[in-house]
Amino acid sequence: MAEAEESPGDPGTASPRPLMRDLKAVGKKFMHVLYPRKSNTLLRDWDLWGPLILCVTLALMLQRDSVDSEKDGGPQFAEVFVIVWFGAVTITLNSKLLGGNISFFQSLCVLGYCILPLTVAMLICRLVLLADPGPVNFMVRLFVVIVMFAWSIVASTAFLADSQPPNRRALAVYPVFLFYFVISWMILTFTPQ
Amino acid sequence: MAAVDDLQFEEFGNAATSLAANPDATTVNIEDPGETPKHQPGPPRGSGREEDDELLGNDDSDKTELLAGQKKSSPFWTFEYYQTFFDVDTYQVFDRIKGSLLPIPGKNFVRLYIRSNPDLYGMCPFWICATLVFAIAISGNLSNFLIHLGEKTYHYVPEFRKVSIAATIIYAYAWLVPLALWGFLMWRNSKVMNIVSYSFLEIVCVYGYSLFIYIPTAILWIIPQKAVRWILVMIALGISGSVLSMTFWPAVREDNRRVALATIVTIVLLHMLLSVGCLAYFFDAPEMDHLPTTTATLNQTVAAAKSS
Repeated sequence: MAEAEESPGDPGTASPRPLMRDLKAVGKKFMHVLYPRKSNTLLRDWDLWGPLILCVTLALMLQRDSVDSEKDGGPQFAEVFVIVWFGAVTITLNSKLLGGNISFFQSLCVLGYCILPLTVAMLICRLVLLADPGPVNFMVRLFVVIVMFAWSIVASTAFLADSQPPNRRALAVYPVFLFYFVISWMILTFTPQ
Repeated sequence: MAAVDDLQFEEFGNAATSLAANPDATTVNIEDPGETPKHQPGPPRGSGREEDDELLGNDDSDKTELLAGQKKSSPFWTFEYYQTFFDVDTYQVFDRIKGSLLPIPGKNFVRLYIRSNPDLYGMCPFWICATLVFAIAISGNLSNFLIHLGEKTYHYVPEFRKVSIAATIIYAYAWLVPLALWGFLMWRNSKVMNIVSYSFLEIVCVYGYSLFIYIPTAILWIIPQKAVRWILVMIALGISGSVLSMTFWPAVREDNRRVALATIVTIVLLHMLLSVGCLAYFFDAPEMDHLPTTTATLNQTVAAAKSS
């Protein structure tokens, strides 16, 4: 991914980029998502490692861990993966076609990183599901998912809304809302065997 | 021949004086919207040119915009070509949605809302259909869950296959039916001189917005009462059917009476088929599923009574 990094690095050195620096960059972006402020760091130094990690984690946790898949109703790994990436690409295309001044990969980067709250929600839901099922269980999960969903929306609109002219902001934000809503729904309806 | 050459020379001269750019390119660009109007094969309407001028004038109309003239005539493989389709503001989308929800006789939806900016392509077909797909899938799941709530034997599965099936059905309907309708109208147009003729994108647009009413309908279909569901079907069909009929009536009015009526009836029938089909496939019927459970519990109590 060396050629994909556009952040100021060592100009023209032959040594490979140290792994720690990339990890630190990813971690810094995670913090930016968790505490969304209007900063440009996420936009400037875009990378797709973070979204990839998040998407793979989410898809692994969401897929049916079932060898016996006759009652297989949930999404497979590939389906989750496709939904996330296809959804992100579609939203980016929509935002660009509406005249936004954000580049393609920057937008993908932002959308991917803002899945972080929902991945955390998935982790919490899996832990909660280890307890006995019941309405209380469901209420807790519902509450967690709603909070994380709101967090994702706030984080992503903090970055994306500025790139649109004000009379089209709602048109660009609504697909983001739909995207995270669908992912939240998949998380909420996850039932282990 | 000499006369033609003179005419061409004069055009050349006008182009050079008024546009002051590469003459050959500009003459080609000027002729392009007339000869190959986007998605409008058939006789180019005279109003098409006025729409082009109107759109060019709506921008920050300097001479530079008019000089460039590229806005409407980018080749279709560039990004800017598709960007012209998304040239719409939030309030315009809301206006069009409202217009689809409240059909008023005499006000043609297309003429009123879309004709002023016919290049609407982004919001209505794609995002309304996407929302509808997920609304139907999620509501279907929810309603099945609620219906089978008390049963011990029912294991809830989020039926993910249904999302892809729903997506295929809805997108096929939203694109193939307008295609067929447009083809049919074009064919009739060649036989009978109609006053009103719609482009393919406008028909897609009308269909997209008419599907909007099904989003709240799908959400309300969660209520597991058969009577409520059928009433909702009727209401939604009434509203969107009337919007579609009023839109397409002027297009077929001039035609043979029977053909016109058949067209309108077919449109409404296809719409009804879509809604009834979605209801039947995605939403379990509430009463039918309670019967096996009551017999099951009855057997259980009988068996328990026998064993005790």
